[in-house]
Amino acid sequence: MMGFIWFWLVAVMIVGYVVLDGFDLGVGVLHLFLVRNETERRTTLASIGPVWDGNEVWLLAGGGTLYFAFPLLYASAFSGFYLPLMIVLWLLILRGISVELRNHVEVGVWRALLDGLFGLSSALLTIFFGAALANVLRGVPLQADGYFFLPLWTNWQPGPHPGILDWYTVIGGLVALVALTLHGALWLTIKTSGELEQRARRIVTPLWIALVALTLISLYATIAVRPASLYNYFNYPATFIVPFGVVASLCGIWLFNRKAQPVKAFLSSCLYLFFMLAGACWGLYPTLLPATTGTANDITLKQPEPQVRILHRPLLPASPASRSASGFCRRHRPIATRWSTVPGDG
Amino acid sequence: MEFEFGTNWARFSRLSGGVIGQPLAMEGVFSFFLESAFLGLLLYGEKRISKLMHWFSAVMVFVGSWISGFFIIVTDAWMQHPVAFDRLPNGQFEVLSFWQLLMNPWGLLQYMHNMTGAVITGSFVMAATGAFYLLEGRLEAYGRIFLKVGVIAGLISSILIIFPTGDLHGKYVARNQPAAIAAMEGLFHSGAGAGLVLMGQPNEETGQIDNPIVVNDMLSFLIYGTTKAEVKGLDQIPHDQWPTALPLLCYAYHIMAGLGTWFALLMIVCALLLWRKRLTTARWALWALLLSFPLPYIANTAGWMTAELGRQPWLIYGLMRTGEGYSNTVSASNGLFTLLGFMGLYLLLGILFTVLIYREISSGPEAVLSDAVPTK
Repeated sequence: MMGFIWFWLVAVMIVGYVVLDGFDLGVGVLHLFLVRNETERRTTLASIGPVWDGNEVWLLAGGGTLYFAFPLLYASAFSGFYLPLMIVLWLLILRGISVELRNHVEVGVWRALLDGLFGLSSALLTIFFGAALANVLRGVPLQADGYFFLPLWTNWQPGPHPGILDWYTVIGGLVALVALTLHGALWLTIKTSGELEQRARRIVTPLWIALVALTLISLYATIAVRPASLYNYFNYPATFIVPFGVVASLCGIWLFNRKAQPVKAFLSSCLYLFFMLAGACWGLYPTLLPATTGTANDITLKQPEPQVRILHRPLLPASPASRSASGFCRRHRPIATRWSTVPGDG
Repeated sequence: MEFEFGTNWARFSRLSGGVIGQPLAMEGVFSFFLESAFLGLLLYGEKRISKLMHWFSAVMVFVGSWISGFFIIVTDAWMQHPVAFDRLPNGQFEVLSFWQLLMNPWGLLQYMHNMTGAVITGSFVMAATGAFYLLEGRLEAYGRIFLKVGVIAGLISSILIIFPTGDLHGKYVARNQPAAIAAMEGLFHSGAGAGLVLMGQPNEETGQIDNPIVVNDMLSFLIYGTTKAEVKGLDQIPHDQWPTALPLLCYAYHIMAGLGTWFALLMIVCALLLWRKRLTTARWALWALLLSFPLPYIANTAGWMTAELGRQPWLIYGLMRTGEGYSNTVSASNGLFTLLGFMGLYLLLGILFTVLIYREISSGPEAVLSDAVPTK
């Protein structure tokens, strides 16, 4: 039971981080293309100035909670993703100083340099976060002792010995880049006015089309790379509401942006991110980190206690679809839980 | 740092997450949110919120960062002096009492000592800025305020750092980490009436101090309150439990203690001058304050080196050696690669910090105030 709560608490932290820091990362990417002069740039940056620091705290809170709730996962994942995590830290540092220090020196070259750095680091961060999530969904080469080490790339294939980057995780990175840039554009339509707002609204259309395409591709790719992701959905068909939510929120973004209702469009984008991430987490649960070296090496939650089973009883009677799916997924079922990943009592 | 536990110290995190994950998670949840939310209000809201609310935001930023410091110190204190834990059959540590974990006596002493050090830094920055304005002969009204606040706060904090916080903390270290105190003081030989080495180079090969300047019996007095007390030297400690970087530990400690003495002396003299209303014209004292600007940063760093090097060779004192805690999967060359990356980045940040702080100080508080609120 505790494991169930902790799993979703960490998930909430991650969703909170992506939804909140997501729009200022997106604004970081966009401000390179969207603004025409120094006034517009200052308006753009001022719209995220007071909040970006607070938004990043969700990442720290998520990391801290993960450490406490799942020390084994935390130790294994953070040492295994060593290089990309360090690069993320460097990018976060560079991004922070570039947005905070640009107004301290009244020199054009200095500002141009820091603006470029801010946009570049924001874009790379979104790609890294997307790729990171894709790495978790695809699985990592966990060894029997529960550790692994991922190089940045190997042969670009998501086989048993993948790298951080392969074709699948690159798709994940692109989804995040486009989704968060769109998220940032919708934020700007709320926070700015006049020509800048018009430009932000116009750029939503191409981003939205790209996002719809990438969402479909990533959905297909995820099922191809880890078919077991579907296990929970077929077992509890009511949860197919999640992909419906993704579709509905995408439609919401389109509609509300066309009707010039920026707040509703932005909230739709928040919902889109929520459904995408919740859907990914649900595809994993109760696995925390799948292994590409065989499901016996998966890091999973403790075997559910009786009351958890009651909680998880299918909400709908078993349909023919779920029965056939259970055969489809049987060979991918998480076999064993080797570790107790749950602290006794919080 | 929260990341570093997992990236570089995976085996340690795996065993100790149930204990030290707790204060770290609470730091993230409580103090970071508090600090960052009110920092945004403080920096951007000055024109939009009332003066009282603005002041309140400043107080909350202070509270947030001091709570943050507390949780970090509690974490370190548990590694220095583990309390309130139980060890499961698989080697993992778990907390028996969260209250006892927070009230670890080591942590309370270390917290008081550390935060007093932070106040010293603030006081010296403020006093040195005031001295700079007065020596330059401009912005003198501000200079006098800065000088007065800086010197009064500096006097109080640099006395508190020695007595009682430093004194009590040192005595606690001596009782609980005898190897650390012996190495810090360069005490190779046990005995009654141990001398205090003011200066000298510990020679691990010969087991003595080169070029020593020693105050006889002083160490016994400082630790136990009597000149005749017996102090445990390194000769009573197995060689494999000596702090690994013994000379560095000894120097770090002496730099911290020496600078601490200088802070107290300088602040006492300046406070006397301030009281006699002669500080603003005593150019030699202003010069001394100005040049002491970087010293608290050095002293605080040296203090942390003393704490962490003194704990060696242990990661969790007496329970887990440092060599048992690092990430097996991260190769040494990967560690070096990222260390070089961080060193380069920190060098850059250090240069930027110095240049920008100088610009802010030299343009004066009024220019900073008018510039701080971005145009909307």
